[in-house]
Amino acid sequence: MFDNFVIPDLLPAAPEIFLAAMAMAILMIDLFVKDSRRTVTFALTQLTLLGAAAIQIYTSDSQITYTFSNMFVDDMMADLLKLFVYMTMIVVMFYSRAYLFDRPEMNKGEYYVLALFATLGMLVMISANNFVTLYVGLELLSLSLYAMVAMNRDSLASTEAAMKYFVLGALASGMLLYGMSMIYGATGTLEITELAEALYQGESNRTVLVFGLVFLVAGLAFKLGVVPFHMWIPDVYHGAPTPVTLLIGSAPKLAAFAIVMRLLVSGLITLAEDWQGMLIILSVLSMAVGNLAAIAQTNLKRMLAYSAISHMGFMLLGIVTGVVGGDVRYAINAYSSAMFYVITYVLTTAAAFGMILLMSRAGFEADQLDDYKGLNKRSPWFAGIMLMIMFSMAGVPFFVGFFAKFSVLQAVVAAGYIWLAIVAVLFSLIGAFYYLRVVKLMYFDAPTDETPIVAGLDMRILISANGIAVAVLGLFPQLIMTLCAFALLRSL
Amino acid sequence: MSNYPLLSLAIWIPIGAGLLVLMTGGDRNAPLARMLALAGAVAGFLVTLPLWMGFDVAQGGMQFVELHGWIPRFNINYHLGVDGISMLFVILNAFITIIVVAAGWEVIQSKVAQYMAAFLIMSGLMNGIFSALDGILFYVFFEASLIPLYLIIGVWGGANRVYAAFKFFLYTLFGSLLFLVAQLYLFFLSGGSFSILDWHKLPIDLGPQIWIFLAFLIAFAVKVPMWPVHTWLPDAHVEAPTGGSIVLAAIGLKLGAYGFLRFSLPIAPDASHELAGFVIALSLIAVVYIGFVALVQADMKKLVAYSSIAHMGFVTLGFFMFSALAIEGALVQMISHGFVSGAMFFCIGVMYDRLHSRQIADYGGVVNTMPKFAALFMLFSMANAGLPATSGFVGEFMVILAAVKFNFWVAFLAATSLILGAAYSLWMYKRVIFGAIANKHVEELTDINGREFAILAVLAICTLWMGLYPQMFTEVMHASVNDLLRHVAVSKIQ
Repeated sequence: MFDNFVIPDLLPAAPEIFLAAMAMAILMIDLFVKDSRRTVTFALTQLTLLGAAAIQIYTSDSQITYTFSNMFVDDMMADLLKLFVYMTMIVVMFYSRAYLFDRPEMNKGEYYVLALFATLGMLVMISANNFVTLYVGLELLSLSLYAMVAMNRDSLASTEAAMKYFVLGALASGMLLYGMSMIYGATGTLEITELAEALYQGESNRTVLVFGLVFLVAGLAFKLGVVPFHMWIPDVYHGAPTPVTLLIGSAPKLAAFAIVMRLLVSGLITLAEDWQGMLIILSVLSMAVGNLAAIAQTNLKRMLAYSAISHMGFMLLGIVTGVVGGDVRYAINAYSSAMFYVITYVLTTAAAFGMILLMSRAGFEADQLDDYKGLNKRSPWFAGIMLMIMFSMAGVPFFVGFFAKFSVLQAVVAAGYIWLAIVAVLFSLIGAFYYLRVVKLMYFDAPTDETPIVAGLDMRILISANGIAVAVLGLFPQLIMTLCAFALLRSL
Repeated sequence: MSNYPLLSLAIWIPIGAGLLVLMTGGDRNAPLARMLALAGAVAGFLVTLPLWMGFDVAQGGMQFVELHGWIPRFNINYHLGVDGISMLFVILNAFITIIVVAAGWEVIQSKVAQYMAAFLIMSGLMNGIFSALDGILFYVFFEASLIPLYLIIGVWGGANRVYAAFKFFLYTLFGSLLFLVAQLYLFFLSGGSFSILDWHKLPIDLGPQIWIFLAFLIAFAVKVPMWPVHTWLPDAHVEAPTGGSIVLAAIGLKLGAYGFLRFSLPIAPDASHELAGFVIALSLIAVVYIGFVALVQADMKKLVAYSSIAHMGFVTLGFFMFSALAIEGALVQMISHGFVSGAMFFCIGVMYDRLHSRQIADYGGVVNTMPKFAALFMLFSMANAGLPATSGFVGEFMVILAAVKFNFWVAFLAATSLILGAAYSLWMYKRVIFGAIANKHVEELTDINGREFAILAVLAICTLWMGLYPQMFTEVMHASVNDLLRHVAVSKIQ
């Protein structure tokens, strides 16, 4: 009965296995932890993430390893993205701590366990080499997030956001599955590397393939949150408790980038002409809608939601410029630019939501733009940090956001799409307006609320470090840029 | 030649001093912040002096070059150097920083440390612009310098400061983003180099040259500013605090003009020749039309702001006549305008501090209560009008002389500036300073104190020095300007 059973090589998936085991263990342990001693759960969660990161570093090599019957792949891109996922999640958990401990009704063990499962989902997505693996990872992430959005169950906005997220998310998953099944129908394989091989032979039915591709792209666009599949983003960002918004807005973008790379680039590169055309439309629409709608917002979380839409649109520019007329010379350059963009975006956006958490206190969410009025008077240091974050998002040097935009734009120009570069910079100009407005509120206006900021020292130090990283990486962006390029060179 | 990285010091000393000043914290430590800022500004100025003393006037190329890898992934280098065109601006900038710190000494009472730090950081960034030889390094300094000025206008500005700050930022950003795209295009055209000096040698067809030129033109025309994209400047000037106006006029406007010489002319010489007529037409509109606009202003700062646009029209006019005399004249005009407009804005600031009005109508007979001030203000008004023996005359005269050779009617229109300049400057002077004492506020005015006198006296010395002995300034430029002209004369089309 077990004749064909071969024990798979577990080493490439060691961090995931560790994380899964620990998540389940923490679920059990937390049953014995009193509500007042939640710090234990918190510490265990952080240790788990650290442990997974350590295992990741220890087991990482520059080879591409397949395991679990080629369903799981471990390459440099996965290693790098996963390390950033762990790092982001550790930071996210630190930022969330004070917020949750101020609100005991939300500070349950489930929060930590769900966060770990969400992380596991992201890791699986990043390493997926099979449609099924990819889908399982995606659902693990999504289901954890649906529950987390509804954590504050007495809040009408949160419940509504969770509902909306769930319904639209399920629809998107359906689309993705539908697209996958079409492609399976055309090529007879679920495995991404085999799929690329099959398409290369060119014997598949093109109509079915392209039909499937449309659904696949629509599903991915949902998950990335790009126009016209962005409807859930503002409501979910706005309605979810801020720590959850922070989680949704940061690390999953890395995973979403990874599945775009796996599906479209590793799997369907032969259809690049087709999906690049679609993504260009999505990208331009996202930059337009994201930047314009952000101007009208009065809520900072909602503004950052629209800003996320526009940033994802900008990031797609890096992905659409990989293949030019069948020429893949610029592929590494383009994809590594997009990867650099996502990583810096996650770093910056984590700091932005971290600021909201820093400013909030029990019974006060600090998510209105007006709550930032006169921050420079209340705390010049944190106003300065927020200033750096906002200018980085606007893409003004010397902050890292500029080099993210720069590297994507150079890929666009290298591919010969100068008009696209001009469109992109014009929308960045519009985008600059609402980031500048936050700076205006902090610096030009008088404070309406003189309450001093209550936040623990750890939070203050961490957010300062995060803000300073935005500036320092802006002065020395070389390291991460090279890492991205190197990782992709070894993975594609 | 010195072995010290003088240009790096000129950039990073003010920035470092700025960060240090920020650390002094709240207004409790304001005296310390002021002293530190002054020390930083003076140190920043002192390190630029060896640039002039050690400068080899016979050499047209880059001097004091520093070259280190910065972002090898895109072949971006930390590449600094100055030639005869840019060297004087580094010194001017460092000098104006001292003036600005001194100008805000007692006037600024809230958030002193941030105010001083913003100016010091901006000063360092602008030194970076003038000495960057790498396109992206230039761009990074160019953009980053918007942030301090945005804050200066917005935090310490007048009633309508928010509007002015946004307009300033977004206008400039618009221009510079297209400039970035053009740079990226050049990067690929040159096979992967961001070195400005490489781009100078790069052959480009006429079509792309024209597009590149236009992208540059938008960026620099906004910054200069040229008609019709000048509208942000009067707003920014009117709302900015005195120090902000001084820096904006003395250095900020020079950045765009400098861009023409460093980017537009040498990188796209054929397009420059092709479109010279267009730029000259815009420049003449600025000189004549904006001159008339200045004449009717009721607000003194607005008047000087419009006169700045007219004077900068002279500069761009000089650049696009492609003769050594015209370009040197334009450069002299730029430096002179740095002294004169800086002083004009400071004078207006002196009056504003006392009366809290910039309206010409609120003044009259100031000479009766502020005689020392009236005398110095006279000198600067005359310099603004281009009176011989002041620095204002030298540049305008050189440009007009070159224009006569170029085309009579261009020269004719340019020369109207001498009449218009005299009209708006002296008419304003007459209405503000002379006549009977207009109201009891004017009667209560006190004359300038020692600090104000010192600032104006130093600027007056500079103005006269440059007016009487411009040789010292022009001899530095000769070799570089001649190199530039030789370069521009050769077509890049292959």
